[in-house]
Amino acid sequence: MVELSKGKIMALSQADVLAGIKEIVEEVAGIPAASIELNKSFTDDLEVDSLSMVEVVVACEERFGVKIPDEKVTELATVGDAVNFIVNAAA
Amino acid sequence: MAKVIASKSGSESRILSVGSYRPKRLVPNSEIVDRIESSDEWIQQRTGIESRRFADDSESVVDMATWAVEDALAKAKLSITDIDTLIVATVTFPFQMPSAATAILQRLGHPTAAAFDINAACAGFSYGISMAHDFIKAGTSKTVLVVGAEKISDFTDPDDRATAFIFADGAGAVVIGQSRDAGIGPVEWGSDADSRDAIQMNPSWIDVRDVETQLTKAGSKWPNISQEGQKVYRWAVFSMSKAAMKALESAGLTVNDIAAFIPHQANMRIIETMAKEMGMPDSVVIADDIRVNGNTSAASIPLAMDVLLDKHPELHGKLALLIGYGAGLVYAGQVVELPPKP
Repeated sequence: MVELSKGKIMALSQADVLAGIKEIVEEVAGIPAASIELNKSFTDDLEVDSLSMVEVVVACEERFGVKIPDEKVTELATVGDAVNFIVNAAA
Repeated sequence: MAKVIASKSGSESRILSVGSYRPKRLVPNSEIVDRIESSDEWIQQRTGIESRRFADDSESVVDMATWAVEDALAKAKLSITDIDTLIVATVTFPFQMPSAATAILQRLGHPTAAAFDINAACAGFSYGISMAHDFIKAGTSKTVLVVGAEKISDFTDPDDRATAFIFADGAGAVVIGQSRDAGIGPVEWGSDADSRDAIQMNPSWIDVRDVETQLTKAGSKWPNISQEGQKVYRWAVFSMSKAAMKALESAGLTVNDIAAFIPHQANMRIIETMAKEMGMPDSVVIADDIRVNGNTSAASIPLAMDVLLDKHPELHGKLALLIGYGAGLVYAGQVVELPPKP
């Protein structure tokens, strides 16, 4: 994990973000990290429902120091979408 | 010499009793699901709701509120004439004026107390508690009734997949009176008015009138409730758990000092995640009235309080954290001492 100092945004690698999201999704939705891959859809493959998705998003914001607006959440269909959004937002 | 205006001062306050009225008809998820192409399992997973109550034509907002008030007065061994102020929190009383509060006073034969309705949506009851406390502290009032009463089924579209399974009807009331020690803590309240579109009733009455009278454009419909579920969930879980913690702090307490947590009964998932965010210990009894009785907006906290005291009589006189939140978006939370055993 990349340690972020408060208020400071650092470039994040795709691998760092994916590792973080795996931990978060496992914690929030009880889905084994091993089954979480970039091409997996949150709703169809991982069965993360819309409310759990909100918890995942808030946990990502806290962990990666980025802001994910409500209207963007519906656009994050796959794990890869979320990883790319966070990497770009933190860049 | 110019004369100065005389002023009053009052005392601390406490909840003397809680009463409620639940509509007779219990509506299971199976009666709701066909029109929204949903299932009992889906609804329970997202909201924890198994059933709700819908009022019929013989159970208006004023009927239900009056019966809840009678229950609360009987438990406090008071009569309506002991009340000097009546605050009704509601967003579903179908008259702009006069208020539901004056209708209740007239019905109960005490048409002289101060009386008014407030609109803080699902936060209305907690706003009312705060106002009652401040009125008593300032010496304005001595004994106040705070009522939450809703017939949301009149303003719900049974075909709306986002709301049809959530909302419900009912009324709850508390009597708040003077006290030597503080029985109601400082309020933590505020709003996020930039999100006022997240929960709303639309269109306006003007639009309804214009369609009815063929004055203007067609297309306006009844002002049913609508809600952006994810947006509200995020605000409720993450902002409201912080507001609730502040309410505890303002009262000089922590989660370990309270016996019960009675948040607005919006959604069981919100309640459970809030409790987790706040680090609520297992010793705290958490209200879950939403499971069987749905989300009754301003009525949900007193309804949940009443049923919690029935199920857990040991909680009488113990400390509880309340937090109401809803359309606006607005919120108010405070610690209260639960009423003594009637």
